[in-house]
Amino acid sequence: MAGEIVSTLTGPGIPLRGNDIDTDRIIPARFLKCVTFDGIGEHAFEDDIKGLAQKGETHPFTDERFTQGAILVANKNFGCGSSREHAPQSLKRWGIKAIIAESYSEIFYGNCVSLAMPCFTADHETCVKLQDAIESTPAAELVVSVKEATIQVAGETIALEIQSGAQGQFLDGSWNARAGLLENLEGAREVATKLPYISNYA
Amino acid sequence: MGKRADKLPKPRQPVKREIGLLQNRFIARFPPLFLSMGQNLYNKVFDRHCVGQLPSGQYQLFIGLHLIHEVTSPQAFAMIREQKLSVPFPERTFATVDHIIPTNTEERQRPLADSLAEEMFHHIEKNTGEFGINFFSPEKGEQGVVHVVGPERGLTQPGMTIACGDSHTSTHGAFGTLAFGIGTSQVADVLATQTLAMAKLKVRRINFTGALLPGVYAKDVALAYINRLGVNGGVGYAYEFAGGIIDNMTMEERMTVCNMAIEGGARCGYVNPDQTTFDYLKGRDYCPEGAAWDRAVADWGSLASDVDAAYEDTIEIKGEEIEPFVTWGITPAQSVGVAQALPALDSFEEADQLVVREAYEYMNFEEGQPIVGTPVDVVFIGSCTNGRLSDLREAARFVKGRKVADGVRALAVPGSQEVDRQAIEEGLDQVFNDAGFQWREAGCSMCLAMNPDQLSGNEISASTSNRNFKGRQGSPTGRTLLMSPAMAAVAAVEGRVSDVREHLEN
Repeated sequence: MAGEIVSTLTGPGIPLRGNDIDTDRIIPARFLKCVTFDGIGEHAFEDDIKGLAQKGETHPFTDERFTQGAILVANKNFGCGSSREHAPQSLKRWGIKAIIAESYSEIFYGNCVSLAMPCFTADHETCVKLQDAIESTPAAELVVSVKEATIQVAGETIALEIQSGAQGQFLDGSWNARAGLLENLEGAREVATKLPYISNYA
Repeated sequence: MGKRADKLPKPRQPVKREIGLLQNRFIARFPPLFLSMGQNLYNKVFDRHCVGQLPSGQYQLFIGLHLIHEVTSPQAFAMIREQKLSVPFPERTFATVDHIIPTNTEERQRPLADSLAEEMFHHIEKNTGEFGINFFSPEKGEQGVVHVVGPERGLTQPGMTIACGDSHTSTHGAFGTLAFGIGTSQVADVLATQTLAMAKLKVRRINFTGALLPGVYAKDVALAYINRLGVNGGVGYAYEFAGGIIDNMTMEERMTVCNMAIEGGARCGYVNPDQTTFDYLKGRDYCPEGAAWDRAVADWGSLASDVDAAYEDTIEIKGEEIEPFVTWGITPAQSVGVAQALPALDSFEEADQLVVREAYEYMNFEEGQPIVGTPVDVVFIGSCTNGRLSDLREAARFVKGRKVADGVRALAVPGSQEVDRQAIEEGLDQVFNDAGFQWREAGCSMCLAMNPDQLSGNEISASTSNRNFKGRQGSPTGRTLLMSPAMAAVAAVEGRVSDVREHLEN
C-alpha cells in the first residue's frame, strides 16, 4: 500500500528564527487533549503568538506576509522535546509542506516522515540566507525538490541535504513505514520465537 | 573501562555460544568493524531484535515491550481501525493513564470534570478492552506514570527493546534496554506489527568517574551531562552511561539519569545490567522465577557491553565537578551550579545567543545574578524523572519537622499508586502533610499541563521534572527551575532557591 509520491513542494516560505524550538511551543500540551488530530492546525504556536502579541510583536505564523507559508525555514534542534506527533500534525494542518532547518530532534524528524512532510537540513548560513530571502520577498514561490535536494529561491538553486533513506521513501511513496513492516510480519514472529524473554525464560 | 568488566557477573561463556549465531549474522552485515572488537550492549540488543533491513536502509526492529498511555494512543488505534488491522501481540502492550488524570482524590471521581480528559480516559479503556491489552487502571490500584509502572512491575527487563509514545521512554534504558520514545504513527506501527523502522545509532559512552559529593544527586548528574553536551549533543546517538558513579547508583537513580537522555538529544540512553539490576528485578510481578530466573540473569549479564567494545566516542565527567544544578532558562541545558551566577550572554556562541536572550527575557532574570535566593511560588516533587520512592524519601529528609514557607504552594506526587502505598506505609505522606505540602495521588501532575495541576501567571516553580520549556507547566508565562528532589524540598521550606549542601545536617 504505497502512499503518494512526494517529489516537489512549492509555495511561499515562512521563516522561524531561533534554536531549540521545542514541540511544547509548536503545540502547547492543553491542545493534546483530543482523540483525533482534527483542528489541531489552528493552535500551532498559540502561546508564542500570544506572548509576542502582548509585546506588540508578530509571530511568523500570524504575520500576514506569511499566511500562505508552505516551506518552513528554522534553525538548530527544531522540534526538540516531547515526542508528540501533534506537533508536526499541527504544522502540516496549518499548511506547512516541507521544513528546512540546521538540525532536528530525531523523534520529530521521524514523525514528519510518517506524515509525508520532508525535512531538509542546511548549514546555519544557508538557513539564515533563506530566512532573509523569504522576509524580503514573502510572496515569492519557492520550489523544493526532494529528488535533487535543492530549493529554488529568487532564480537561485541552493543545495540542501536530506537523509537518503527518507528521500527514497518520499520518491517511491513508501514514507508510511507501516506497509513495509506489515509485509514481513512473519519475520517478526520468527524473531520473537528466538527471544528468550518472550517465553519468560521457560 | 576495565573496572566495569570486573563488576560484571561471570556466567557469560555458555550464553555467548547460544547467541553466537546471531552475532555472526550481525558480522555479516558489518564485516570489518566488529570482527576484532567486542560489542556494546546497543549492538547486541539491536541485533537480537533485527527482523531485516528495509528498502529505506532502516532496519525492522522487533519491539519486546510496548507501553501506551491515553494521550498518544487514541489516534493510533483509529489508524489501525481505519486500515482494518489487528494487534498480533496484544500481550506485549501494557497501558496506563497518567497525563490527564487529576491527582486530587475528589477530582479523580469518574466521569472526570474535564470532558476532554474523560473522553481520553474512556478511549484508553475502550481500546485496551477491544484489543485485549492489559490496562493498569486506577480501579485495580496499578495506575501510575508509564515510566514508573513498567519498571516497578518488572516488565522492563534487560535486553529488551521498548517503545512508548512518550519521549521519556529512555528511562527504561536504566535496565540495559533499548528504549525509544515514538510518535503516534509509530505507536500504530507497533500495535499492528510489533516492530518499528529504526536507523542504527552511534554509541557514545559517558564515563562518570570519581564520586559524587554530599548534596549531589542523580538529577544533578543528568543536568550535568546535558549542560556539558548540550540539548542536541546526542542527536544520532545512544548514550551509554557508565563509570564508578553509575555502577554505585541504585536502579531508581539510574532511571533518573536515563530519563533525561532525550533532553540531551540522544535517541536513547542506557546503563549496562549488573547485580544491582538483577537485585532490583528479583521477585517482581512479571519477572521469571526459579530456574527460569537463573537463565534470565545469565542471559542479561551476557548482554552488557564487552570490555573491549567499540564506541563512536567516549566522554569523561568527573563526579567531584558536579554541583547541585538548577536550570535558569527555557532549555534543560541552561543550568548552573546553585552557587554560581547566571552566565553572561557573550559566553555563548553567537548562534545560541538568541535563545539565551529569549530565556533571560522570559524568565525575567539577568546575566550575572545569583540563582540562589530566587523566590519560588510553587514546588513540585514528582514525575517520571523524580517521582519514585527514593526521591520522596530524600525530599522528606529535608522537609521533616519544618514548614513550607508562607505563600509557597508545594505538591508531593507519587509516581504510581504502588509508590503511594509504599510511601504511606513509611509515613512519608504524613511528613509532607505536616510540613504543609499537598500529598497527592499518582500521575504526571505538574510536569506538563494536561491535568488540573498547573502554574498560573508567571509563577516560578522549583520542579523535579524534566522540562523547563516555555509554558511547560501550564501557564504560558509560567517559569520552571529544574532541580533535584532534595533541592526542591529545601526550596519549599526556605521559599527560595537554596543550596542543599547547607542543609545536610538536618
